[in-house]
Parts: sequence; structure tokens; C-alpha cells
Amino acid sequence: MPGFLSPLIEPGFFSNLPVQTALVVGGVVAVVSGIVGTFTVMRGQSFAGHSLADIGTAGGSAAFVLGISPLFGFVAMNLMAAGVMEWIGIRRPRGRDLATGIVLGAALGLAALFLYLDTTASSTTGATVNVLFGSIFTLPASMVPFIAIFSVVAAAIVLVMYRPLVLTSISADLAIAQGIRVRLVGIGYLVALALAVSLSAVTIGAILSTALLIGPAATALRITNRTGRAAVIAAGIGVIATWLGVLLAYDSYYWFPNGGGWPVSFFVVTLIFLVYLLSQLRFRGRSAAQRRSTAAQAG
Amino acid sequence: MFSALMLNAWGSASIVAIVAGVVGFFIVLRGSAFAAHALPNGAFAGAAGASLIGVDAIVGLAVFSVLGALTIAGLGRRARHDVATALVIVVMLGLGSLFLSMTTEYAPEIYSLLFGEVLGVSSSELAPIAVIGVVCIAAVFLVYRPLLLSSVMPEVAEARGVGRGRMEVVFLLVVALTTTMAVPVVGALLIFSLLISPAAAARSFTDRPFTAMGLSVVIALGTVWSAIALAYLSNLPIGFFVGSIGAGTYAAGRGWAGWKRNRAASPRVGAAGRSPAPAQSS
Amino acid sequence: MQGRAATGSDEILAVDGISVTLSGREILRDVTFHINAGEFTGLIGSNGAGKTTLLRVILGLISPSAGTVRVEGGLRRQPLIGYVPQRITLDPDMPLRARDLVGLGIDGQRFGLPLPSSTRRKQVDEMLEAVDATRFAESRVGNLSGGEQQRILIAHALISRPRLLLLDEPLANLDIGSEQEVVDLLARIAREQRIAVLISTHDMNPLLPVMDRIVYIANGRIATGTTAEVVSSESLTRLYGVHVDVIHVHDRILVVAGRREEALQHGDTESIVELM
Repeated sequence: MPGFLSPLIEPGFFSNLPVQTALVVGGVVAVVSGIVGTFTVMRGQSFAGHSLADIGTAGGSAAFVLGISPLFGFVAMNLMAAGVMEWIGIRRPRGRDLATGIVLGAALGLAALFLYLDTTASSTTGATVNVLFGSIFTLPASMVPFIAIFSVVAAAIVLVMYRPLVLTSISADLAIAQGIRVRLVGIGYLVALALAVSLSAVTIGAILSTALLIGPAATALRITNRTGRAAVIAAGIGVIATWLGVLLAYDSYYWFPNGGGWPVSFFVVTLIFLVYLLSQLRFRGRSAAQRRSTAAQAG
Repeated sequence: MFSALMLNAWGSASIVAIVAGVVGFFIVLRGSAFAAHALPNGAFAGAAGASLIGVDAIVGLAVFSVLGALTIAGLGRRARHDVATALVIVVMLGLGSLFLSMTTEYAPEIYSLLFGEVLGVSSSELAPIAVIGVVCIAAVFLVYRPLLLSSVMPEVAEARGVGRGRMEVVFLLVVALTTTMAVPVVGALLIFSLLISPAAAARSFTDRPFTAMGLSVVIALGTVWSAIALAYLSNLPIGFFVGSIGAGTYAAGRGWAGWKRNRAASPRVGAAGRSPAPAQSS
Repeated sequence: MQGRAATGSDEILAVDGISVTLSGREILRDVTFHINAGEFTGLIGSNGAGKTTLLRVILGLISPSAGTVRVEGGLRRQPLIGYVPQRITLDPDMPLRARDLVGLGIDGQRFGLPLPSSTRRKQVDEMLEAVDATRFAESRVGNLSGGEQQRILIAHALISRPRLLLLDEPLANLDIGSEQEVVDLLARIAREQRIAVLISTHDMNPLLPVMDRIVYIANGRIATGTTAEVVSSESLTRLYGVHVDVIHVHDRILVVAGRREEALQHGDTESIVELM
């Protein structure tokens, strides 16, 4: 390892098993979130993504009470919620946000119940922390295959439906006129979203998963004009933020020997936000400049 | 249920419900559901930070929610409104988790900040909550008409000198204050439910703004009173009842509106498109 | 003002007896007309007359309560119809270039990842050239002006080589100069590629030089034929049910509503002249 990097990387980083798991899982989940997130932002459905995270909390916490891995609870709850969202349909956005918000409230109430039951019923502490802020360092190795499968499914859906997904995001009328089954594409996308949100909820927590979903994507949209590149850049930013987050969290154990380290999710989220801010400042003029130049040519 | 200990709970919850009903009316009107979700979550970080440095949680709540309101108002004009708000929320929550991880009371503290601890409101905390509550209500009534106009017809309001940006900032600050007083009672995650559900339900029952606001308060009061009673009787967390009753009242409102619509849509006779004399363009 | 004679006898679009009732209101009643390949048809009517509804029925977006729509004598297969909606609201943030949107007209409905192909790229380049959009091909679709977006949407609709091209109020957002350009462009395309073009608009005057046929819609019913046949005082009076005068001023047409006494009988206080 190059000498200049060693101060950054505290001893035992690469040989530590939880760290290795975290890097692999975190990387995969970041890629999926970046890809799905790009389309989420394109379709203006960030609130749906955020809502699914909170709604999934009820499922994740229920899973805890039942003694099964929270991942399954998240996935089950999110798939159900996605189905309901699809059934309610895309009507006036304001009405839809309202309904989603209320379902959110009910789901959080449920989560409150389950988390409370967990703290009183079982001896395992920290269900709340686990569900809400993630457990990337404490994931059992048995979960890794499932994470991989769900990730592959989510990514595959988006990649297979790539072109119809782009077209339906632009205009449903255009899509229908071209023979696209808009309803099917919408359902497929919601399933991918449900999976992506569940995956990031398990790694960096339900409450923070939105950052991984839309942060890198919103950044990528600023940087490039092209859909495919945006998805790739979003995935890349997500992966780097996650790996750096894992590294910094690990290092913080050594930097603050009394405190016991800072949470991974904090680092990941802060890094994503910083990158986003930078892109807003750096590329702020870009869209405006483009508009001026096309106007000048057209005028 | 009505012992001296519980009086604080009833009192604080009622104040919160009244304010939530009033402010929530505007949140629903302006479609600011997402922002209403953001500020409490941001305030969570403030409360966590305050508890870390040993300051009263309310101070932390106030500082962070006001900062959050200003940030959202500022960022929102440049970037996409929903992405900006979402990222601000999440960073705040991350900060909150960081602060709490440095205290010793990590898990229980998180739980009570997120889901509320109405039974833990002491007499000394009741006064500041009441004061902030009164300030919020007074503020809303002060700007009631400009706010209403700006929410419903922003361009007309602009023409009359009511700046849309200014109203947004004022409104968000009111929501920030509401958050400050409400989070210790019902929790950061569920204040949102109390802000949205009663107002959304009220809208289904009436079209008149002032009536809707009043109805929103009534429903909010009903919600928290039932929630406290049920929580007391069943020993289950109050947040659970707030969330479910909220959803229930909203569903009831939607059902009522749908039933009214079905009754009114009796078959129209002979409404074939008889256009007026071709006064319009061809 | 007389349009050109129909350039072919093969029928592309057959609309028969279409009626549409929405929310208890009858929007269209017994609409029947046929369009042949290469014909340029104007769907003329005031705002709210039912033009968009009729277009959506043809596209299959709305189910009629009666009647049939047949494209090219067979079942309506979507890729046969190119559709240019009135306007699409696009976010400046949307990561899609103008050329990408045009490209999606070729294969936007196909599953699977798109593989880069030089033939596809050439096709897109040629289409962009044909609608004179090459200079803003690399810009984001959300940053385009109304006229630029129009051209991209037209390119998107045409690139799949449809037999029928539907445009919903394409001239509404354009200035006079661009109006004429778009009309000339569409007329040339109809002629060269033997595509049937159906344009809906509330102002027939820009189309007068190139229209082969008019479908004039009012009161949910239509009158169809050549411009001379349909846009006459007798014909429109019959259609509207009140007295209508058609006046020719230079090379433009004025449709004037009702005589004074009739207007008063119907409760209007004045008759309004609309310069078409």
C-alpha cells in the first residue's frame, strides 16, 4: 500500500471481516441506488422514494419482532406499498403526495409500535438504531446472497426496461402512442424502487436511505446531458461515498478511542451532500448557459 | 387517567393539536407536505445535539428547525425543490444520529425524539410549549389573508405586493416553531402525521377556508385525546395511535367526499354539447 | 386557397361513426371521415370543440362509446401512427438530449439495453437535418424553446416512418414565421413520403395553401370535404345550427357569427367577429 495512504487507513482495515462485508454490500447497494435513483429523480418521484423508506420501517421493525432479518421485512412492506401506490395511480400530484404522506404517518405509527414491542419483549437492544440508521457493519454473512439477488433483480428491471422507462418519464402520451404499456413500465419501476430502497435501508438505515437514492442522481443530472452517463455517474458517486464512509467510520474508532466511532451512515450521507452542494455551485451556470447559447443561435 | 401526572400530558398534547391543526391547514393548502416532513426531522438533529452538550432540547429544536426552514427556502429556489429538501432532511438526521451516538442514552433517546414522549412532559416544559404555541397561532392569524392569497393564487398576490418568496419564508418559520414545540410531545416522525391528517380530512368535509381550519383543529384535538387515552389504557406507544387515527380520519374524509360526489352525480339530461353561437373563433 | 387534389387512393385512416361521452357530456357524435395516403388534412375547431378528444380516440388513448377507427384497413397498430402532442413540459434537469429524444422514436418501445449503432446514429442525424434541428441536437430537451421542441417532437414522430402523422395544435405556440416554416415542412413531408398528415388547429388560415381536406368540428359533429365545400356559409350554418357568414378577405377566411337579430334571440348581446 502506498505510503501516503497509510495515515488514512487505520490498521486492519482490509482484513477486517465486517469491513469487507460492508464494502462489498455497500458497493453493490450504492450501484443499484444510483441507477434506480437516476430515474426516480427524472420522474420527479423523490417523495415516493422517501415515503417507501419510511413505510418500509414498519416492515423492518416488524421483522425484528418476529425474529427474521429486517431486509425481508423491508422488502415485503415496500412491495406492498408500491403496489398500493400503483393502484392509487398517478393523479394530481398534490393529492398523491398527501395520500402518500398519510400512509407514511400510519406506517411510522406501526413502526413505533413494533420497535417498542421489540425493546420490551426481547433482550436485543438497538432495534431502533438498526432499522432507522442501518446495520452495515453488523450484517450477518448469510444475508449477503439475498442482498446480491435483490440488487441484481432491481438493476435488471431498470436495465431491461431502459428505453420505455425513459420515454414514459418524458411523456405518457408519447409512450402510449408508440405502443408502450405504460402501466407495466410503471409497476416494474416501482418494484425496482421498492427493492432499492429496502437494500439501502438495511445498509445505511431507513431514514437515511433517501440520500443514497437521490443524492448521487441529482448530482449526476447536473454533470451530464445523457441519461446513460447520468446513471453511471450516480452509481459511481454512491459507491465512492459509501466506501469512504466505511473507511472513515472504521478510522473513527481509532481517532476517538473513548467515543467508540462515528456512525457509517453519518459519513455516507454527509459525503453525498457535500458532493451535491459542490455540483450545484460548480455547474450552476451550466443549464443557464446552455439556454443562453441555444437562444442566441435560434434568435 | 386524569391524575395530576397526566394533566401535563393532556395539556401539552392539546396545545400541540391546536397549533398543528391551524398550521397544518396551510401546509395542506400549499402542498408543502414534504417540507413539513423535513423540518421535524431536521429538528431531531438539534435536539440530539442539545442533549449532547447538555442544553435544553427545546433550544436545539428551535435553532435547527429555524436553520432548516431558511435553508429550504434558500436552496429551494436554485435546485429542484424536492431533491433539495430531501437532502437537507437526511443530513440533519445523519447529524442527529452522530450526536446521539456520542451520548450514553443512544437508543431510548432516539426513540423518544422520533416517536414522542408525551407522558414525559414535565410541568416546567409546559410553559415554553404553551408560549411558543401561542406565538405560532398569533403569527398565523396575523398573516392569515396574505398567506391565504399567496398560497392559492401566488401571481395575484405578487401583483398586490405580497412576495411569494417572503411568504414562503414566513410560513416555513412558523412551521419551524410548530416543530419546536411539538416534537418533545409527539415526536419528530409523527408530528408530520398530526400536521397533515386532520387538515386533509377537514378539507373533505368543507370548502370554506376558515371552517376547514377550525375543523382541522377539532379533528387534531380528537386525535390526540383518543391517542392519549388509548395509550394509557393499552400501554402501547402513543405514536402508534396518532399515526393510525390520523390515517383513519383521512380515510373517513375521503369516503365522505366520495359518497357526496356519487350522490350529486345524478344523470344529466340532454347536456349534448350545445355550444353558444359561434362567438369564439372557429 | 384550393388545396391540391388527393395524391393517392389508398386509404390510411377510416373513422366511422365515432361518438364519445365523457362525464355525462356528449363530446363527439357520429363522426365519420376517411383520409388517404399523402393527404394533408386540417382538423379545425375552436378550443374545447373536441379536436384533442378525437385525436386521442384515433390514437387509442380514449375508448369511444360507439364507432370504429381503422388504420390502413387493419387493426390499429401503434407504430403506424406518429403523434406530436401539443406541448410537453420538460424539466431542464432531465438528462436527455434532443437527439436522444429523436432516437427514442425509433426504438423507444423496445426492451433491453440499447447498443450503439452507426446506422441508428445516421438515421437520427438525417432526421435532425430534415427538420433543421442539427444545431441544437446536443442540448437538453428541457432547455429547448417552443419552436425547437416542436421540431424535435416532429422528428421523433417521423423517424419511425409512420403512415399517419397526428399533430395536436402544433402552431399554437409559434410565432408567424415559424408557423409558416412548420406548415411548409409538414406539407413537404406529406408529399415526399406519402404520409397522411392530420393537424388539429383552431386557426385554419396558415393551412389554407396546403390543405387537401378539412374536417371541421363544432357542436360535437363534423363537416368534411374540401375547403371550398366545407367552409361556406351554408355548410357552417348547417353545422353550427345558427346563422354563420363566411367571408373571404384577400387570402384569408373570416367566420362571422350570427345576424344581429338572431344573436339577440339566442341571448347574446353582441356577435363577435373572429379573424381567422
